[in-house]
Amino acid sequence: MSVPIYWRESKYRYKLIGSECMKCHKRFYPPKRVCPVCGSRELKDVKLPDKGHVVTYTIIRVPPKGYEEYAPYPIALIELEDGTRLIAQLTDVDPKDVKIGMVVKATFRKLSEIGRDGIIQYGVKFRPLIENES
Amino acid sequence: MRTIREVGIVGYGVYVPQYRVSDEEIARIWHREAPPPVKEKSVVNLDEDSITMSVEAARYAIARARIDPRDIEAIRVGTESKPYAVKPCATVVAEAIGATPKVLACDLEFACKAGTEGLQDCIALVASGMTKYAMAIGVDTAQGRPGDELEYTAGCGAAAYIVGLKSDDTIAYFEGSYSFVTDTPDFWRREGQFYPRHTGRFTGEPAYFRHIVSAAKGLMDELGLKPSDFDYAVFHQPNLKFPLRVARILGFDREKVQPGIVVTEIGNTYAASMLIGLASVLDVAKPGQRILAVSFGSGAGSDAFSIIVQDAIEDKRNLAPRVRDLIRRRALIDYALYVKHRRKIRV
Ligand SMILES: [Zn+2]
Repeated sequence: MSVPIYWRESKYRYKLIGSECMKCHKRFYPPKRVCPVCGSRELKDVKLPDKGHVVTYTIIRVPPKGYEEYAPYPIALIELEDGTRLIAQLTDVDPKDVKIGMVVKATFRKLSEIGRDGIIQYGVKFRPLIENES
Repeated sequence: MRTIREVGIVGYGVYVPQYRVSDEEIARIWHREAPPPVKEKSVVNLDEDSITMSVEAARYAIARARIDPRDIEAIRVGTESKPYAVKPCATVVAEAIGATPKVLACDLEFACKAGTEGLQDCIALVASGMTKYAMAIGVDTAQGRPGDELEYTAGCGAAAYIVGLKSDDTIAYFEGSYSFVTDTPDFWRREGQFYPRHTGRFTGEPAYFRHIVSAAKGLMDELGLKPSDFDYAVFHQPNLKFPLRVARILGFDREKVQPGIVVTEIGNTYAASMLIGLASVLDVAKPGQRILAVSFGSGAGSDAFSIIVQDAIEDKRNLAPRVRDLIRRRALIDYALYVKHRRKIRV
């Protein structure tokens, strides 16, 4: 990801902001310009709920360049409390402990680093719920 | 120091990463014979740093404060472990919590007292009327040279406090504060160096003890208070011995200090250390109780605060994880994995 692209999209990655179609009210993450369900171009930014559960997952053992040190790591299809589904990396959990139905919460983490002297890219991942966390 | 208008804490939040390495494990590698200074210390995940931990703590503080983050008009991040040498942590934190763009934001550095230095700033900014709310964060991912005494304690953690004018929404208010600073070369890290250096035994008497005792006594003198007027006392915790000993010197019983002790389970979290200890006291304190909280930062200096707990604590403390909850979330790792997590092998 180049620095300008990272910067333009950081609002969505930092705060879990998706888009909602004004016609059919479906929500999407990452945000879309055209509704893939009804074709409407009327979509607005919406803050998505931070809590959800794991619908299904896979373990990445052969990671893309820049993610080598994290492998093996889980990537999950997550359904948020409002029904929005998205794909995100899970963190703070051993791959062998990931379970379907597991309740997870959005967390702010490093996604990747562009070399030792480049920019650090931050964004949302999901982790198991902490006690007393709503 | 007292403000013209009374100022309090509207919300606080703590974050401790889940990984721990035990002192026993570190001693196994380095063949230590003396008893280790703490039981375990907290270690970040590979995708965590001072910025991500600040965001987590800030979000918990906002949850407890029940405020619109756009009303946080100042953010101070106190740390000595900045992911960028040049580029503030505070701007990323401000963006991630939704406080941008009308916000004062910067990082502060004063070894382990950078967080409370920020708290002093926030108190002044709110009392003066310049900002509605102001947030001070103390955060560090402290590193000790392998085998050095500091490696047994250097931990990771963050604490965030949102300050506002005293009201029914503040969980506690500041009765007064006192800062005591001198030029003392007890601990330092030069630009470009990965690990800090310290002067061993010298770090005790002329640094930690002198500054904490002077700040605490200065504050009590100014407010006309004595140790028996306080229900709790919290001190910076570089190990277990120092806070217990400084409490004895000042005349505080062990029971008043124990609720704020977190160092044995998470290590010394540097700029977050005293602020996490204070949070663990707020997790259990009752309205009307008085807390003495004193930080220490090498270089050197101490900030002392007298804080009175208010009714709103009862409702608000349950809106985010308590320090105990974060300490209980714990995954023990061995020295090899710890070395990977802390990037001690520079490839
Ligand atoms: Zn649609």
